[in-house]
Amino acid sequence: MGLTLAEKILSRKVGRRVSAGEFVEVDIDLAYFHDGSGPLVIKALEDMGVDKLANPDKVVVVFDHSVPPHSDQAATLQRLVRNAVKKFNVRYFYDLGEGVCHQVIPEKGHVLPGQVIVGADSHTCTLGAFGAFATGVGATDLAYALATGKLWFRVPETILVRVNGSFAPMVSAKDLALKIVGEIGVNGAIYKSIELTGRGVSKMSIASRMTIANMAVEMGAKVGLIAADQETIRYLKAKASLGEALFMEGGDADASYEDVRFFDLSSLEPQVALPHSPGNVKPIEEVEGVEIDEAFLGSCTNGRLEDLLVAAEIMRGRKVHENVRFVVVPASKEVYLKALEMGIIKILLEAGALIGVPGCGPCLGAHMGVLGEDEVAISTSNRNFLGRMGSPKAKIYLASPQTVTASAIEGRITDPRRFMR
Amino acid sequence: MKAISGRVWKFGDNIDTDVIIAGKYLRTTDWSTWAKHLMESLDPEFSSRVKPGDIIVAGENFGCGSSREQAVLAIKMAGIGAVVAESFARIFFRNAINRGLLVVQCKGIAKSVENGDVITIDVNKGEVLTPRGILKIQPIPSFLMEILEAGGLVEYYKRKMRKEVV
Repeated sequence: MGLTLAEKILSRKVGRRVSAGEFVEVDIDLAYFHDGSGPLVIKALEDMGVDKLANPDKVVVVFDHSVPPHSDQAATLQRLVRNAVKKFNVRYFYDLGEGVCHQVIPEKGHVLPGQVIVGADSHTCTLGAFGAFATGVGATDLAYALATGKLWFRVPETILVRVNGSFAPMVSAKDLALKIVGEIGVNGAIYKSIELTGRGVSKMSIASRMTIANMAVEMGAKVGLIAADQETIRYLKAKASLGEALFMEGGDADASYEDVRFFDLSSLEPQVALPHSPGNVKPIEEVEGVEIDEAFLGSCTNGRLEDLLVAAEIMRGRKVHENVRFVVVPASKEVYLKALEMGIIKILLEAGALIGVPGCGPCLGAHMGVLGEDEVAISTSNRNFLGRMGSPKAKIYLASPQTVTASAIEGRITDPRRFMR
Repeated sequence: MKAISGRVWKFGDNIDTDVIIAGKYLRTTDWSTWAKHLMESLDPEFSSRVKPGDIIVAGENFGCGSSREQAVLAIKMAGIGAVVAESFARIFFRNAINRGLLVVQCKGIAKSVENGDVITIDVNKGEVLTPRGILKIQPIPSFLMEILEAGGLVEYYKRKMRKEVV
């Protein structure tokens, strides 16, 4: 009997064969947190009486949740974390404006396939796109990992997701992510690994793979894994000097998978998640026409260069609808700079978009596009929970960058295929 | 661990961490404020009606969404004694144990209790006593029970360190 990719990575780490259901303690290759989880991480370290981290060279801190701080309290908390980062000799600190942690960490070359990574943020699973066992934990777990260099895990069962075909025009990775969440359900993968494979995945850009891995947690999954391939190597080589041979294995064909799901990209249509659950997914034609007040393009799900590029391609020569605020937040400074060079930002600004500082933006409802009572938003982010982006009386729809941009132009939820040139 | 009894507040499936405590309330050093906004978007009166020792009962996937540990702290600050659910989101489950909040997975609980019922959770016996009968709970692995009984991961870590010194 072979091993799933999750079993393979964890077996390699503990030096013996482990399988689903076992509890293991694992050395952590990378631990990270942000200004949102940071204050509780630091408090836990202090309460533990820790004065030295086990591996300060394997720690990354990125400020992304409140950029720049939106309140005096947020500024005070950031100051506290900033001071602690110095005190604990954290090796890699990216202060305000570098971008969302899950985007900045691969961009700066901190990720390698086969690593075990923990982040004090649920969307840490995004890094599964690089074949890393990357999972979100709470602040106290993260503090424990910083103090000891280790953390316990239950080896997860695996749902294999096999993807074939190629995207039709105006359909993209977000539509696949939503389709998968809709089919598996928001509690369909609790404690499990989602392993994505097939030609449909190997043809995808790294950015697109990150979009899909990002939403694994919306099914309750521990990790969303994609085995490293030549495309992964190409991306990583551009970011860091790679030493030893990389871990490029996938799951074994004879591994014990709990379930296998098939998706065909060729027949995939634009998808939308309706309020108030990312699992409440319908094809676009069932949702078209809903009037919107805000459109948000950004977040760790869809704030990358390819997302901004498709938005600019659709927006070129057009305008944002007068009833809509179109908030665009690049996922990182690197993305922002490239978008500037390519003229993307100019097109979006001239069309009437509001461009924000790289970071999480309005996704978590703190600032930069908070929703008022009875307002409706369409967003490229990953969560449309009740009250997520502001008022509990607001409604959030989730969709691809293409659908969000088309909707920003029309002032209502719109099938982006109407904008094919 | 001693059996605990409390009055039930019942919630549905997929109660997410944004509902438990909204993102806009997180940036503060005053933790007690979180209890005041617990479950606010579902029931603005909840925090004023809940009493110390009450128990939350929920359906599937309680605590899904964000990794924010403030969701557990908000529940603890409100004095809630335990959460019993059909299933839990994994990060919330770990966070609860790490903060010494009793979380019990119990199949059938959502259908067996109503708001205001008094239930008893007996972890040692592995059961929940409801007005409509006794339900089995999913056993908590022993090393997690140790963390829970220590009052959370911080205290567990300190105990572990002290033993290593001895």
